[in-house]
Amino acid sequence: MSSDESLSPQATDEFLQALLASDRFAVRRIITNYADLTGPFSVIEQLIVPSLEQIGHAWDKGEISLAQVYMSGRICEEMIETILPPASSQRINQPPIAVAVLDDYHMLGKRMITSALRASGYEIHDYGRVDVDRLVKYVITDKIAIVLISVLMLPSALEVLQIRQRLDRVGLHPFIVVGGAPFRFDAQLWQEIGADAMGRSTSDAVTIVSKLLKDLL
Amino acid sequence: MSTPATSSLQRVLTTLSHQEPDRVPLFLLLTMHGAKELDRSIKDYFLHAEYMVAGQLRMAEKYQNDCFYAFSYAALEVEAWGGEVIFRDDGPPNAGEPFIRKAEQILSLEVPNIQDIPGLRRMLETISQLHAHNQGQRPIIAVAIAPFSLPVMQMGFEAYLDLIHERPDLLERLLQINEEFCVAWANAQLAAGATAICYFNPLASTTMVTPEMFRQLDAPLSRRMCRRINGPVALHFASGRCLPLMDDLADLGAAVVGVSMQEDLHQLKQKAKGKFSLLGNLNGIAMRHWNPNQAEAEVKAAIAAAGPGGGFILSDNHGEIPFQVSDETLLAISASVREWGVYPLQWAAQES
Repeated sequence: MSSDESLSPQATDEFLQALLASDRFAVRRIITNYADLTGPFSVIEQLIVPSLEQIGHAWDKGEISLAQVYMSGRICEEMIETILPPASSQRINQPPIAVAVLDDYHMLGKRMITSALRASGYEIHDYGRVDVDRLVKYVITDKIAIVLISVLMLPSALEVLQIRQRLDRVGLHPFIVVGGAPFRFDAQLWQEIGADAMGRSTSDAVTIVSKLLKDLL
Repeated sequence: MSTPATSSLQRVLTTLSHQEPDRVPLFLLLTMHGAKELDRSIKDYFLHAEYMVAGQLRMAEKYQNDCFYAFSYAALEVEAWGGEVIFRDDGPPNAGEPFIRKAEQILSLEVPNIQDIPGLRRMLETISQLHAHNQGQRPIIAVAIAPFSLPVMQMGFEAYLDLIHERPDLLERLLQINEEFCVAWANAQLAAGATAICYFNPLASTTMVTPEMFRQLDAPLSRRMCRRINGPVALHFASGRCLPLMDDLADLGAAVVGVSMQEDLHQLKQKAKGKFSLLGNLNGIAMRHWNPNQAEAEVKAAIAAAGPGGGFILSDNHGEIPFQVSDETLLAISASVREWGVYPLQWAAQES
């Protein structure tokens, strides 16, 4: 099979089921088989990204659980680290992207986004838990082009506006992508706080980043 | 001769018996707004039982609320285990860095003694004072975090999901000690005068785990909890979905289930009818933008979906209304319930 060929729906479905069942052995076997035949990027583009997208949409529709989304992303990230180490020249050449949790120790959302993006071949600055001051400082220092901000609570979501205003004041306008529970319950909130986009799921994060990078490059 | 006015407690008990009371009961689950009422900071408010009592008394009258909500903040239970709580001026105090940093620490955890924890004693004092003021008029709703959900704050969500998937031995131990704490804490609050326990269990929702995981890991535990807690229990998923679990929930022994705005309230009601009552499902986050007309429309929609036949208490879907929701909106919700929630709900039958 050449890298131009598409995977069969049966193979994709088998991979999806293995992810949803958190079956690492089956996931590794499928990925290794296809990576040997088509190269790591085909695996990412044809197998991992579409599967994680499907999983993200299924969670958004209430069809699967967050635990399944988390485990799927984590397993894919582990596999990608194996077949495409961080220093690999085959990683996607991209402007700096960062991810952070604002004012909270609930890191799961950030972890899932990081996993999905890394599993899709992107390099990510992971700032962990930050407050407004630190995030603004890091974005300026690292010349971040896209910053993904995860929040759990409404007051933290409202603080994103301060980040936008402070970056505006120093003449920087990175793309701010937000996600987390408050945005799922108020569809207009991301616009109110000056974000450029809002992701409802990990798959949204990958889609949004991919689109923004196309616009940037 | 005039008929004596129905008390909030009577109203709630009637609806819980799946009959129609005089009107749909309203539980405005307000915590931080009490600080606003008393012109105190949120931290100062939650650190004083007398303030929480004064706040609840004032808000019950102002909004004609059908309950006292004897709840401060979820991270209080982390305090009990020695964890850090971070206060802020514009929202609920949050749990700090998880205190279980390595899974093996679970082996040395011991169940905290309720009376040794100042924050828990403060809540017991709050309940006790509310009980003294109440004279049986309103149900006093206290809160306990479910043993299955507490680990999210104890060790972090990610580490907990890893534990579930990779260390069943330590998971079992953690759930056991959390169960003992939860039973002790819930029963202490009931002994202090609480009428019922709102048992927050967001992790058991199908938003978070699969129905299979719920059945395997939580259902036996929650069934035992409903039996061991010495009063009525409301299972609350804190905005999480539960429609696929409705048949299971009927079997757990809960009187009430708190439901999400992300699911169809009418469909939920059809599943719950005659088995348990529903609490919900107004969108607290969106409430921040509601004007009085929108508030009225949302209240009407919820009452039309779940009000007929009783078995329904109108509330928000998360179990805590954000600090940013205005008094005007809360008053509009309250007025709308009094206008549209009066039984029999003939308007709802005509509109359906």
